[in-house]
Amino acid sequence: MIKKEMIAMLLAGGQGSRLGVLTAKVAKPAVSFGGKYRIIDFPLSNCINSGVDTVGVVTWYQPLRLNTHIGIGIPWDLDRNIGGVTILSPYEKNADSEWHTGTANAIYQNLDYMESFHPDYVLILSGDHIYKMDYEVMLSFHKSHKADVTVAAMPVPVEEAHRFKIVVADREGQITRFEEKAEKPGSHLASMGIYIFSWPVLKDALIQLSRQPDCDFDRHIIPYCHANGRRMSLYEYNGYWKDAGTLDSYWKANMELIDIIPELNLYEEYWKIYTNCMHLPPQYISQEGVVDRSIISNGSEIYGEVHSSVLGAGVTIGKGSVIRDSVIMRDVEIGEDCVIEKAIIAENVGIGDRVVIGIGSDIPNRMRPDIYNGGLSVIGEDSRIPSGVQIGKNTAVSGRTSAADYVDRVLPSGETLIKAGDRA
Amino acid sequence: MILAGGNSTKMQVLTAKRAVAAMPVASSYRAIDFSLSNMTNSHIQRVAVLTQYNARSLDAHLNSAKWWDFGRKQGGLYVFTPTITAENGYWYRGTADAIYQNLDFLKKCHEPYVVITSGDAVYKLDYNKVLEYHIAKKADITVVVKELEETDDATRFGTVRMNDSARICDFEEKPMVANSHIVSTGIYVLRRRQLIDLIERCVEDERYDFVTDILIRHKNLKKIYGYKLSGYWNNISTIGAYYQTNMDFLRPEIRNYFFREYPVVYSKVSDLPPAKYNPGSVVKNCLVGSGSIINGTVENSVLFKKVFAGNHCVIKNSIILNDVYLGDYTYIENCIVESRSTIRANTRHVGEGDVKVVVEKNERYLI
Repeated sequence: MIKKEMIAMLLAGGQGSRLGVLTAKVAKPAVSFGGKYRIIDFPLSNCINSGVDTVGVVTWYQPLRLNTHIGIGIPWDLDRNIGGVTILSPYEKNADSEWHTGTANAIYQNLDYMESFHPDYVLILSGDHIYKMDYEVMLSFHKSHKADVTVAAMPVPVEEAHRFKIVVADREGQITRFEEKAEKPGSHLASMGIYIFSWPVLKDALIQLSRQPDCDFDRHIIPYCHANGRRMSLYEYNGYWKDAGTLDSYWKANMELIDIIPELNLYEEYWKIYTNCMHLPPQYISQEGVVDRSIISNGSEIYGEVHSSVLGAGVTIGKGSVIRDSVIMRDVEIGEDCVIEKAIIAENVGIGDRVVIGIGSDIPNRMRPDIYNGGLSVIGEDSRIPSGVQIGKNTAVSGRTSAADYVDRVLPSGETLIKAGDRA
Repeated sequence: MILAGGNSTKMQVLTAKRAVAAMPVASSYRAIDFSLSNMTNSHIQRVAVLTQYNARSLDAHLNSAKWWDFGRKQGGLYVFTPTITAENGYWYRGTADAIYQNLDFLKKCHEPYVVITSGDAVYKLDYNKVLEYHIAKKADITVVVKELEETDDATRFGTVRMNDSARICDFEEKPMVANSHIVSTGIYVLRRRQLIDLIERCVEDERYDFVTDILIRHKNLKKIYGYKLSGYWNNISTIGAYYQTNMDFLRPEIRNYFFREYPVVYSKVSDLPPAKYNPGSVVKNCLVGSGSIINGTVENSVLFKKVFAGNHCVIKNSIILNDVYLGDYTYIENCIVESRSTIRANTRHVGEGDVKVVVEKNERYLI
């Protein structure tokens, strides 16, 4: 009989709608981060580093990039004869064809997958977060507390606690209640969306709640277990953890990596983060090139200036161009004499010559001020920006734009330019 | 078959612990990656690497076939290091003997042709083109040749002279005075049965070298043709050539040719983070490998993977191999710094005239 003590179920279907054009074509877990990585590399690497070698990746929103990125799991050593990584896509059932209608429902659909490994414990993860965590330590906590469910939580500032799902526990670490959007929270520990369930407990809850529409871990499964008197333990985690759910926090999390000794140190021998990056060649900095306070990935060629920026793999920066405070993802080509400040430029974007991005005053975005803010200019995947164009702050551009799309070759601050067929 | 067993005394201490074929090249690769990638890009699926001298570093690099797409049910990557058998207790006594000792492998294959190459050359070549030429010429053996510049030293290679129809009429191995600037690249194409036959007869006569005992002896008997390689080719097996080959990658046309033009060169993935440039770093005309952290000034140099350059370091016209730590205020000019060296702060190394090879294994304190 095939037997795995603990298997992981990684929820990788998050749309990440607050990332605007960055997630128009890919799910949030597939968004680039820290140069050569993608967000999902962090939970996947955590799994293999924690000795969890069986991972089911549950996808629903825009899975193509995730599928090609993960493949059979070679970069994470998750290509196994038994177990390894399996991509679990939604499927149609013959009786009533329901799609994944919630995170827990997506797990319920894959009951057979989990059952086939006869696990004692199931680790539920989200593919949306950037952190390093040893799940094995959490498992021994789960065992030593004889818990049915262990919820990982981390401290958050009290003034921000209303944004999170707060977990309140007694002295023994038993969870007494959950609070959401509480005025006066009973603790400063917020749930991270990481759970360990003893398998029979999870199975029971999933089956009992299988008819629940939009069945969600936070809103249904956990309260159900709690209401049924299961032993719920609180596992406090005190390391680096980032949600990077908004453009501003995504940009900041990238910028933190260029500190001399960043909190999330990718250069440690211990706890390596693995990724699938086909770019092998070294990077080249030319005679005219200037680079400081930046990280740059494999295969990039720098003929211009790069200051305080994070560059992905295979990026070309043309002669005379100046890049400042920006996140540039893989395979972006930037022409000559451009000035780019505080921008997020998604994968495979082509930018002409003499393009200026990030000028003008800080006017809020007219369409989606909740998404495009913080003075950032965001360019979506596969976009083209013609030569000589100027783009302001709090803007979003997506699609193959031509000079005709810009009034007087300018996209003023606060404007959005999405070419037909692309979503805002 | 990739012949990767040779030693080169001309590489000084760089090959004290590694085979020439395992020498790191162009920041991200090892020499043998070029031949292996050419094989896979030419759709050759069954590849044997014959190793002998200092095989460990090479074996470590070849520990999985998957990086070059050789992890196949049909064919695959075979690494043959000499073994003692009932019939044979020798090391490989030469290139022909290396093949002889693995003749069973050749006999069991079903492919009609064999490509023999070395593991220490940097080039791109579609072997199918050579094979087409070989068949069109009705040749017995085709030798891939490269025409060197008039100024290049051909005496460390085998020089050839060809007649008007490209048949090789003269072949001299490492001549004292080169009378031709066309050299053999050590890449051969021939029928498998022909190879087995030649090797068996060669070893019967107690001769063990492929070039002197097969090619040169048979040059009038067999139809040996030369195929001119037009693209970049360099053999790295001397300090000077190794330095030059790496420096060639600072030229945009060479980088484009190897890094950006399809098909690309494959290597073992090392899972290193992006390179980091701290405030105050000045980098000009350099290749930088992943996982490096740069604080000082680096000019006209090739930095390999995981290099750490401390504050106020100056590195000029140098090659810094993998995992080298350079302390603060280090000055390095015209040097090759060996892998895993730890250079103390305030050290000065300058290669006067010739390139200097630096090996310093000091204690390294990690935070």
